[in-house]
Amino acid sequence: MTTVARPPRSKPATKPATMAQALGRALRDSMAADPSVHVMGEDVGTLGGVFRITDGLAKEFGEDRCTDTPLAEAGILGAAVGMAMYGLRPVVEMQFDAFAYPAFEQLISHVARMRNRTRGAMPLPITVRVPYGGGIGGVEHHSDSSEAYYMATPGLTVVTPATVADAYGLLRQSIASDDPVVFLEPKRLYWTRDSWNPEAPEDVLPIGTAVVRRPGTSATLLTYGPSVPVCLEAAEAARGEGWDLEVVDLRSLVPFDDATVTESVRRTGRAVVVHESGGFGGPGGEIAARVTERCFHHLEAPVLRVAGFDIPYPPPMLERHHLPGVDRVLDAVARLQWDQ
Amino acid sequence: MTVMDQRATREGRPVPPPAWQPRTDPAPLLPDAEPHRVLGTDAAARVDPELLRRLYTEVVRGRRYNAQATALTKQGRLAVYPSTTGQEAAEVAAALVLEERDWLFPSYRDTLAAVARGLDPVQALTLLRGDWHTGYDPREHRIAPLCTPLATQLPHAVGLAHAAQLKGDDVVALAMVGDGGTSEGDFHEALNFAAVWQAPVVFLVQNNGFAISVPLAKQTAAPSLAHKAVGYGMPGRLVDGNDAAALHEVLSDAVSRAREGGGPTLIEAVTYRMDAHTNADDATRYRTEAEVEMWRAHDPVLLLERELTGRGLIDEDGIRAVRDGAEEQAAELRARMNQDPALDPMDLFGDVYAEQTPQLREQAALLRAELDAEAEGEQA
Repeated sequence: MTTVARPPRSKPATKPATMAQALGRALRDSMAADPSVHVMGEDVGTLGGVFRITDGLAKEFGEDRCTDTPLAEAGILGAAVGMAMYGLRPVVEMQFDAFAYPAFEQLISHVARMRNRTRGAMPLPITVRVPYGGGIGGVEHHSDSSEAYYMATPGLTVVTPATVADAYGLLRQSIASDDPVVFLEPKRLYWTRDSWNPEAPEDVLPIGTAVVRRPGTSATLLTYGPSVPVCLEAAEAARGEGWDLEVVDLRSLVPFDDATVTESVRRTGRAVVVHESGGFGGPGGEIAARVTERCFHHLEAPVLRVAGFDIPYPPPMLERHHLPGVDRVLDAVARLQWDQ
Repeated sequence: MTVMDQRATREGRPVPPPAWQPRTDPAPLLPDAEPHRVLGTDAAARVDPELLRRLYTEVVRGRRYNAQATALTKQGRLAVYPSTTGQEAAEVAAALVLEERDWLFPSYRDTLAAVARGLDPVQALTLLRGDWHTGYDPREHRIAPLCTPLATQLPHAVGLAHAAQLKGDDVVALAMVGDGGTSEGDFHEALNFAAVWQAPVVFLVQNNGFAISVPLAKQTAAPSLAHKAVGYGMPGRLVDGNDAAALHEVLSDAVSRAREGGGPTLIEAVTYRMDAHTNADDATRYRTEAEVEMWRAHDPVLLLERELTGRGLIDEDGIRAVRDGAEEQAAELRARMNQDPALDPMDLFGDVYAEQTPQLREQAALLRAELDAEAEGEQA
């Protein structure tokens, strides 16, 4: 019998991981930690989801816990309501942003308000995963930014990660939440890599908290999800112009972190809200109004919005003209020199 | 080799791929041509006399309850009441076939089913009085909130039944919907999910003739609503919706079948809405008195009374005792409903989220201040 010297136990190395991998890991770890967590949706089982987020879950946990459902979004979410009523924690996948629309009535009329209408007797711990936004060359109905609809519905928590660590941490928190959460996954960040350790994922701030991704002094860029990397790039580019931009990643649209946002804008005196969704009736209007109400005497310029155009999401060969890019953000920043 | 294969081989054509064959024989799923009836037929002899008396008592109470609730709308005590006068048999039978561990998924019209299941009538009427949306703990009574959007409670019933099955509990979910609700997408999706998952669900459609003013003929071109079951791969059953004994029989069969793992059933109860849609509706605009009169002769209370007296299972005194009991209950309900409910406006912010958001805390503080100012104004 030979003895093998064991190598000294070391902390597993941090390796580059994609947001898609982190989301898959969050589902797996949530299912392993809590037998009441059930993943369901179209193609989530055998195929592992069209974005492979649920890859391997059916094999590891069985088809009863990672279920390929009939193709019917209202039915999927409606069934999830009943499952949650019986004590399960369904995690529903809505394949693509615009495919979630048939489930709107279930979401708005039942999921969002069950806790309230039953005076807290029947909370619904459902997580609705919605891959959203453009920039991946998707054809019609595959690139909508639907966050304003969800934000307008009381009872729903609405979160969207922009980093690999947040993707994991926020999804774990969403599944553990006793409230329904609309978890918006920025599709075009699915394959962005970051150093991240799946065996010892870092703690991230709770839902309802915004994070300063880049500190700055000249102006604040308020943004979330797919527009966070755009704003970080814009902030780097603006340095050459003498602008030191602060980038705040909102992370959670509902509840909204007024405290972090207000603190930042009062300090910098200028703010631009950046998102892909259309500007008219979009999230930026609400955010700009909140900032103005709280920071009016600190503002050196009006709060500006850089948003997608107010058009149906364009065909993929034209989408780069619609999506707010670095230049459009920098143009807005230039307009913040209000008094000059 | 199937008939299709044999013919193909004989005619020298290639044998069709297996996917061309029907997957199940549709014949056993088809409803009978005539609605199932028990009262007034030979089949009534097999019904337990105790059950008949129970059904009669509950249906009479239900009738009186409907009348009382309708009266409460006229007195302004209820914002609205969608009556089930004429449909009491279905409401009562649905409640009685369920075990305590089973779940009922009522529509907005099915207050009576919830009450017949044992729910406090005042709690059942909370939604319609307007003091809160759901006046009871659904888990405690295993009655889902009365559902106002059409057919959206049906997928909930399927999900709950599915979850129970996954947990190994022999729980059945009974979901109620009207004829109009069968046109909704959620009806279709719920039936499809239930059949694919073989979930222990019973769908009870009360075809009461109208969706507000739209008659069944303008609602569907199906031979009957029960026929819709076949397309999903579940049995459809057609039953006389005014015959409490027939309903009890068909519903019991479906519940047993579901409990034993046999999957879902769609039941169409053919009945009639004797009152208008609600007190806000004028039924004379879309139906004739002659039609109503025809259904009056086929009244669920009358059918049971005839059966019980015909078989000597009840006499005049018995009937009077049942009616007096129903009267007593109505009087109690009236007295309780005439008291103003105690409301705390601050409850508005209580259960929107598990934890109040900072935004809701601010709004709650605003309302608190308004209420305090109001109270001060009243004192001054």
